[in-house]
Amino acid sequence: MRKSLLFFVLMLPSLALASGGTVPLMNANTDVSDNASLQSGAKTFVNYCMGCHSLHFMRYQRLAKDLDIPEDLVKENLIVGDKKIGETMTIAMQKGDAVKWFGVQPPDLSLTARSRGSDWIYTYLMTFYVDESRPTGMNNLVFKDVGMPHVLWELQGLQKPVYETITDSEGNEHHVIERLEPVGEVSQAQQTEYRRTVRDLVNFLEYAGEPAQLQRKSLGWKVMLFLFFFFLVAYALKKEYWKDVH
Amino acid sequence: MNSLINWIDARFPLMSLWNDHMGQYYAPKNFNFWYYFGVFSLVVLVIQILTGIFLTMNYKPDAQTAFASVEYIMRDVDYGWLIRYMHSTGASFFFIVVYIHMFRGLMYGSYRKPRELVWLIGMAIYLSLMGEAFMGYLLPWGQMSFWGAQVIISLFGALPIVGEDLSLWIRGDYVIADATLNRFFALHVVALPIVILGLVVLHIIALHEVGSNNPDGVEIKKKKDENGKPLDGIPFHPYYSVKDMAGVIAFLIVFAGVMFYIPEMGGYFLEAANFVPADPLKTPAHIAPVWYFTPFYAILRAVPDKLIGVVAMGGAIFCLFLLPWLDRSPVKSIRYKGPLSKIALFLFAISFITLGVLGLLPATPMLTLVARIASVIYFAFFILMPIYTSIESTKPEPERVTMK
Repeated sequence: MRKSLLFFVLMLPSLALASGGTVPLMNANTDVSDNASLQSGAKTFVNYCMGCHSLHFMRYQRLAKDLDIPEDLVKENLIVGDKKIGETMTIAMQKGDAVKWFGVQPPDLSLTARSRGSDWIYTYLMTFYVDESRPTGMNNLVFKDVGMPHVLWELQGLQKPVYETITDSEGNEHHVIERLEPVGEVSQAQQTEYRRTVRDLVNFLEYAGEPAQLQRKSLGWKVMLFLFFFFLVAYALKKEYWKDVH
Repeated sequence: MNSLINWIDARFPLMSLWNDHMGQYYAPKNFNFWYYFGVFSLVVLVIQILTGIFLTMNYKPDAQTAFASVEYIMRDVDYGWLIRYMHSTGASFFFIVVYIHMFRGLMYGSYRKPRELVWLIGMAIYLSLMGEAFMGYLLPWGQMSFWGAQVIISLFGALPIVGEDLSLWIRGDYVIADATLNRFFALHVVALPIVILGLVVLHIIALHEVGSNNPDGVEIKKKKDENGKPLDGIPFHPYYSVKDMAGVIAFLIVFAGVMFYIPEMGGYFLEAANFVPADPLKTPAHIAPVWYFTPFYAILRAVPDKLIGVVAMGGAIFCLFLLPWLDRSPVKSIRYKGPLSKIALFLFAISFITLGVLGLLPATPMLTLVARIASVIYFAFFILMPIYTSIESTKPEPERVTMK
């Protein structure tokens, strides 16, 4: 009885998630301790994303230090314009222009990995597909009718949807997207390369969402180890004092 | 050293305070695991106050800059991330340890005569803590801060006649806005911490006046030796000070594990939507209060009428105040109570957890039904208590405490 109740209580959240009805997210498989991946992600971000998206809270200097990139290289390759190394990764695009061009202002991506999750961003960048009804000619599986064009299409190649017909419980037929497939020939190597590029980019955004996580994870076990030894001493002391309590 | 103490003692009751509360405060020798959670909550209180002081040095209570100042703390302040995570983890841990501390009281009848005031003061601490947590949650000025506060404050609008004016008065504006943020900041960092600290002192004074309960629920003061010391009591210092020290360190290991490796706790301690700055024009798809409020939120949603829902939610908390007078059992501890009390307490705990989970989820018809059943069980625990505690047969309490 107890176990079944506990099971029920623990299963409640998964029931609710299962009924959400969104596209299952792919696993971004990020690892913020992979410095090469972070560096590559930073490069991709500056080259492809930073035309429209800022990292309002991310300082170039912090990035240089954490990602082990010499400040000179950061100045040469990652800083566009006359910004100083101590400034944050803001962009020049004006809100009014952005709204005119895209319908909405492209969001700042400093904390997107924390609000949406890395897997969401990864899946988002993997699932652009051709849709002629959209102004950009592109649509997206996890972000329906998104205003953003598929900026990385040259890297990925284009994808088109494959539809299937399903019948719902009331007998109505629906066309739904079963999967996406490449338009024309896209080599296995290119697909692998694209997945790695996106994974590195997402990894970088995860880092940018919380740069301190590098220190956090390396400090944590040391604190816990210290506390563990402290505990052993404290426990021995307690044992000694309590010998005469029966 | 001695002459210094004598000097102070001639002017201030130092030694008598020490003896009353530590050196010659006799606590039952049979405290078990559940009895750690009082001192744990004291530890978390200290953590919250200390980290809060440092956060206040860098935080800006201004709707324009609040969100960015929290990110500034997370990125540019030396060890700001550590201080902030200590505070955010501490907030959730405060409720975890307080809920367990209260459940301990329920199990062993710690609210029973002569400890009614200990219980009532404790309940006042719990209420203040809820206010403190609610106001603190607005300060990061994220989407969930904003909309959570918007939903909760609008509940006051359900009260007849004064409702709308009352919620306007609390907010200081027609929506949650800069004025609200400023006053919540003042209340969170000055007013409520003072109230909580004062109540904690009263809680401990009242406890030390009547003496601690124990898992057997027997009064150790009834059996004293020739010197007037309880036979089953041991001086708090050094016995419980060393025991609590070991317990506190073990607790801090768990605390550090969460703080360093899962500070968001899967979105329950720090909600994902709160990493988006507050936007009065964009309502999040799903607004849920932080986990420690969700049992009461689920009761609110389980009632179809808004006003009755608000009353039920308030009643759910108010019931706890009445416990000392609802329990008619001749024994205190669950160990010697009859099966009805045991089943009731078990169902109560299950319903509370179930409501807590449901409050986090969107209200579907099926889940609302579950929430209604759980709410009925929650209230039945209190309403039926005078009956089931007086009709059931209990086991005899032992004369002396047991060490099991």
